[in-house]
Amino acid sequence: MRHVYTWNGILVVVFFSVVGDILIARAMKQVGDVHAIVQRSGVWTVVGRVLSNSSFFLGVTAMAVAFFSLLFALSWGDVSLVAPAAASLTFIGNAFAAKIFLHERVDRRRWIAAVLVAGGVALLAG
Amino acid sequence: MTFRKYLVLAGITVFAAAGDSLLSHGMKQVGAISIHHLQSVILAVRNPFVAIGIVLLLAFFASYMNALSWADLTYVLPATSLGYVLLALVAKFALHEQVSLVRWLGIVLISGGVGFVAGGPALTAHGHDDDSKSPLLPKSGRSGAPNVHIHERAEL
Repeated sequence: MRHVYTWNGILVVVFFSVVGDILIARAMKQVGDVHAIVQRSGVWTVVGRVLSNSSFFLGVTAMAVAFFSLLFALSWGDVSLVAPAAASLTFIGNAFAAKIFLHERVDRRRWIAAVLVAGGVALLAG
Repeated sequence: MTFRKYLVLAGITVFAAAGDSLLSHGMKQVGAISIHHLQSVILAVRNPFVAIGIVLLLAFFASYMNALSWADLTYVLPATSLGYVLLALVAKFALHEQVSLVRWLGIVLISGGVGFVAGGPALTAHGHDDDSKSPLLPKSGRSGAPNVHIHERAEL
């Protein structure tokens, strides 16, 4: 039973992490290059644009859900399983989602990077 | 890529690594949380390690959003994974812990993955490339491969 809890927890963490990452990335693309905006019209313009962006709030909500799910999953399962499994799967999930929803050019180089990093994280944290 | 942008990526790495390890340490002290006592997750914030960990993760989040404003998600994410490498190196050289062969292999894989992404453009979704001065880009010349690389980049 504990095992089922752990893997369900990991999948919930991964799902909400990917949704959060994609929404935050979309929000920041809509806001625009922070460095350029700060130089042009000051830091409060950035703060205003971020706080008036709905994707930002949805993304933060998704990340908060992911964060508390991670706390649960960590208290149920071994950190040596939960942390690397969630991090690796989030990494692969983000590569797919960034291609589909953000229209990023996930070329061969980035796929190789995603697989290498996911594998490396699994080995390192395992 | 400017020096300032590399600093933002470094901030993501350091804040994520430090925040995660403090949070992990704190949650170990708090202990297992039962599904029947959900409110104890909120009370975990009273642990100082959890609290400082959360502050560092907020700093991570600010750097992360900053980076996402000028780079792709699939470019920024490897920077966060470098935090794992950082943690292993701190464990080895500062805490003198034993780092196993499997973990060194993990470090090699992550570093290789980051190298792959860092060699490419930071931003692809909006069709322009501000990464033409990347120091990690292979030098052009001797073999045929770099020409293929340049051709790929020209499309972007």
